[in-house]
Amino acid sequence: MASKVQGLTSIGRKVIMALTGFFLMFFLLQHLSINMMSVVSAELFNEVSHFMGTNPIVQGLLQPILIFSVVFHFVWGMYLEYQNNQAREIKYAMYKGSANASWMSRNMIISGLAVLAFLALHFYDFWIPEMNVKYIQGDMSGMLSGTEEYRYYEELVHKFKGQPIRVVLYIISFVMLSLHLLHGFQSSFQSVGYNSTKYTPIIKIAGNIFAIAIPAGFVLVALVHFLSH
Amino acid sequence: MDNMNLTLKIWRQKNAQDKGKMTDYNVTGISEHMSFLEMMDVLNEQLINSGDEPVAFDHDCREGICGSCSMFINGEAHGPVKGTTTCQLHMRSFSDGDTIYIEPFRAKAFPVIKDLIVDRSAFDRIQHAGGYISINTSGNTQDANATPIPKENADLAMDAAMCIGCGACVATCKNSSAMLFVGAKVSQYALLPQGQVESKMRAQNMVAQMDAEGFGNCTNTGACMVECPKGIDLSNIARLNRELLSGSLT
Ligand code: HEM
Ligand code: SF4
Ligand code: FES
Repeated sequence: MASKVQGLTSIGRKVIMALTGFFLMFFLLQHLSINMMSVVSAELFNEVSHFMGTNPIVQGLLQPILIFSVVFHFVWGMYLEYQNNQAREIKYAMYKGSANASWMSRNMIISGLAVLAFLALHFYDFWIPEMNVKYIQGDMSGMLSGTEEYRYYEELVHKFKGQPIRVVLYIISFVMLSLHLLHGFQSSFQSVGYNSTKYTPIIKIAGNIFAIAIPAGFVLVALVHFLSH
Repeated sequence: MDNMNLTLKIWRQKNAQDKGKMTDYNVTGISEHMSFLEMMDVLNEQLINSGDEPVAFDHDCREGICGSCSMFINGEAHGPVKGTTTCQLHMRSFSDGDTIYIEPFRAKAFPVIKDLIVDRSAFDRIQHAGGYISINTSGNTQDANATPIPKENADLAMDAAMCIGCGACVATCKNSSAMLFVGAKVSQYALLPQGQVESKMRAQNMVAQMDAEGFGNCTNTGACMVECPKGIDLSNIARLNRELLSGSLT
């Protein structure tokens, strides 16, 4: 049998979608672990933030992979959506999507775009100022200017303290992330070809737990800082 | 009930070039014991008697095995009952006075030929691209039982081979993806020793053809499996993904 394949097949692209999804979920777990430290101890949070912010492996390797994953994932997600729209030129007069698939699975583009909007805000809030301080102003010390204290904890608290609108936006975004992951977690296993009668039910349960617990954790951190300062 | 009156909203399209539109009809004297296709026959008799053009629709076996009857009924492929084709759907699933939407299976890769008949030959071309095995047919065929096959694989291959190529999966999928069909066709060979000769290229070639036909991308909503009249399982799509990956990475 000769090969008819030219470039990446639809499945090949879907696999990259799933792999970037996996990496983003791993990143969420790591990010939440550090955020949680801010609830326990300001010092611990400062130490770990400084380590993550200045470690060459994190900054030079993991951060570029992360940026690639986010960009590939949303650009490709939007392109997939466009292609899938093209695959049915005349729409049905009557279509009962809810009869056979969950809302989450049918609206990944909506939950995804909401998360993207949040990411834009988040970049503006944290990432751009961080890059500016470290790589443009060249201040790698991590100190609050004019003091002997790390700035990370202060910056985090500052974003939530007395900022109800930001906290509400934050909560809405994480509900959207939760909806995205309620379908996405288990879906990515199927995309890379994993489906077993024994373990797929467990993956689905683990996925539901992950999809609810992780966003709930982020919301908790925001609420703690909003309410306790 | 023996005398149901129904309002039907049916897609009428003269030919592939025509734009087509939904048209309303009333049909009377429908028995709940009729199949959906028999109800369509009654409508067509009424139309012929009144000098109108009957509604063109696909059908052949009328017992759920050929896969030719299609129709998107009230927003679902083959109508509201799970695990059935349109010919197996009975009018007892509807009530007197109902309005029923009847549309062709819709996908760019399934263009309308006339009214409710669509061209599903894209499926044939996908099959030609790899849905076969090379076997010596010179007459000295070996006994089938001489090749041991684990019972579980034999059963799974049989389940996959249940696919009748009806296209309900494509019609249902919000992305018009053909992955359940292709997954079933790849799986029925992937699980058996006879299918191994072409296994490296089969999934790749069938998927390349599937992409060329303009079907959409699978997003694992699972709608296809729910609407498939033969209960083809989503795990067949995962197997297709595995077959494609292992074929293209080795
Ligand atoms: C932290 C952020 C995000 C995480 C953890 C995440 C995770 C995932 C996962 C695990 C999947 C399933 C992949 C698969 O089925 O193979 C997925 C699918 C998808 N994501 Fe995201 N995602 C994120 C952000 C975004 C953003 C910003 C968009 C923007 C549009 C987006 C759009 C999509 C779409 C459209 C799909 C469905 C595509 C498909 O299933 O083939 N995601 N995501
Ligand atoms: S997988 Fe099911 S729905 Fe799809 S073509 Fe085969 S029998 Fe029909
Ligand atoms: S007419 Fe053969 S399956 Fe319905």
